Amino acid sequence: MAEIATGKMDKSIDLKYQPGFSQIAWLCIVVLYAPIAVLVLFSFNQNRSVTVWTEFSFDWYIKAAQNEGIQHAAWVSLEVAFIAMVISTILATMAALVTTRTPPYRGLNVAVTVINQPLMVPEVVTAVATLIFFAIIKQATGVTGIGYLIAAHTAFCIPFAYMPIRARLEDMDLSLEQAAADLYAPPFKVFRRVTLPLMMPGIMAGAMLAFIVSLDDVIITLFVAGPGETTLPLYILGQIRRGVTPEINAVSTLFLGISVILVTLIFLFGTDKNKGKQ
Amino acid sequence: MAEATTTSSQLSSAVIAEEKRLRSTRYGLLAPGILTIFIIGIMPLSIVLVYSFLKPGDFGGVTWELSFKAYVQLLFEEDIFDETLSFTTDYLEIFWRSVGLGLATTIACLLVGFPTAYFIATQPPARRNAWLFLITIPFWTNLLIRTYAMLLILRDQGMINLSLIKIGAIDRALPLLYTDFAVSLGLVYAYLPFMVLPIFASLEKLDFRLVEAGYDLYATRFKVLKRIIIPLAKPGIAAGCILVLIPSLGAYITPALLGGGKKLMIGNLIELQFGQARNWPFGSAIALVLMVLVMLSLLIYLRSGARKGASAHG
Repeated sequence: MAEIATGKMDKSIDLKYQPGFSQIAWLCIVVLYAPIAVLVLFSFNQNRSVTVWTEFSFDWYIKAAQNEGIQHAAWVSLEVAFIAMVISTILATMAALVTTRTPPYRGLNVAVTVINQPLMVPEVVTAVATLIFFAIIKQATGVTGIGYLIAAHTAFCIPFAYMPIRARLEDMDLSLEQAAADLYAPPFKVFRRVTLPLMMPGIMAGAMLAFIVSLDDVIITLFVAGPGETTLPLYILGQIRRGVTPEINAVSTLFLGISVILVTLIFLFGTDKNKGKQ
Repeated sequence: MAEATTTSSQLSSAVIAEEKRLRSTRYGLLAPGILTIFIIGIMPLSIVLVYSFLKPGDFGGVTWELSFKAYVQLLFEEDIFDETLSFTTDYLEIFWRSVGLGLATTIACLLVGFPTAYFIATQPPARRNAWLFLITIPFWTNLLIRTYAMLLILRDQGMINLSLIKIGAIDRALPLLYTDFAVSLGLVYAYLPFMVLPIFASLEKLDFRLVEAGYDLYATRFKVLKRIIIPLAKPGIAAGCILVLIPSLGAYITPALLGGGKKLMIGNLIELQFGQARNWPFGSAIALVLMVLVMLSLLIYLRSGARKGASAHG
């Protein structure tokens, strides 16, 4: 009886309340962020230790910036991520236009499944498969180089670029494109002046996701990268195996910073879209 | 009249031309993306299948001779001297550990992720976005770096051990690192957002009038949760479980760093075969075993979805 009475008193809170859930949610945030916080904090430690705090300093950042291995790895990472981003975003945009803007056709589901395939196979299996495949091509053609790594990255970036672009296209109002066509705009002009500008936030979000995913990749790169193609994550992995140093913390912190900035931008693009709708 | 028929025939031919144009642009636009994934993603998978039936080359690679040895090797050990086979559980143990850790991780993620998703879904919109943002950020930050952060905390000289020693709870560092516990904790930490986000997506659409009706009918809070909220969130829960289970089964980085080469999972075993062991056929066979495990999980997921759909219609 008492419970029903309180239920009536404070109904809006009461209905949705479940005991202990808010504590678990906060615990979840603490668990997700505490290790990262420790890592970031000790990147500014003057001491060599990554657990005993002595003094604030930027020493490890300066050391990291002067390290040629890190510089080279960073360039390789950026080069691969940038090219993979451009190609995969173009391919994903084209594919998204087809899967949303044309009437349903036979094979549509197959096409969507193929595009999402890299998401369904464990990365280590893809890595093995790619390694073998590229080994065969290398043996047959004798061609080597960073192109293989870029091709592998492009393939697994496509679904990540595709998702936000498709979501954007599905939300878009068809009547604007129809209006442009009614005013005798040729199809390409409709696309260039109406469709493309409208889908730009989705393309930007897709491109940034592709960039992050490529930048973060470890497993496929580990298998596919040849000598001299060490990316930043591979460099960090190699260093961690030799022992932990604050220098890794410094590089990792910078790396995290880039990811957080990009994710924030994607998030802002996403919420902007919702505001526009309301 | 005649004019009308010509325009209509012109119109229909225009429609046909339009249809043709549409089809060619459709395939023209779709083909590059599909081809890239097909050539780099799908075709190599069948090559893996072929390789698993070949003999290993001396320095990696393969020699083109049919052999079932890679599969025999999964269960039997060959004596170096007289080539007799004896049953070995070495690899079974690693498969078993992967499945066990994968399931444990999924359950732990569900126990933490569901309440978190529910809490987020019941927040006012502005705060909901902030919470989602906080959950999404780790989702897109580098897994290697996050695992390294976990390693820093679990080490003998890490945060947990140092603080426990400081408050006098223990004298010597607890061996937290390089255990199944560390690997499982690392996996939960890595894939928790994969559980929260889909459950949130299905709870967001939850009609709270149903919850209200439950209370009106004198249901307790737990009963409302068990009989109304959880059944309605089932698609999200199933999706979250599969999204956590699949990457956990194939995990490489987490066991490599937190299991320290002692607590291997399937992913590490595969890497070992392509790296130090130079036994590509065996590595391919293990990769296929992993694929089978993943396909089985997907099948169970799809079947659970199908059953649910049927009962919803009935």
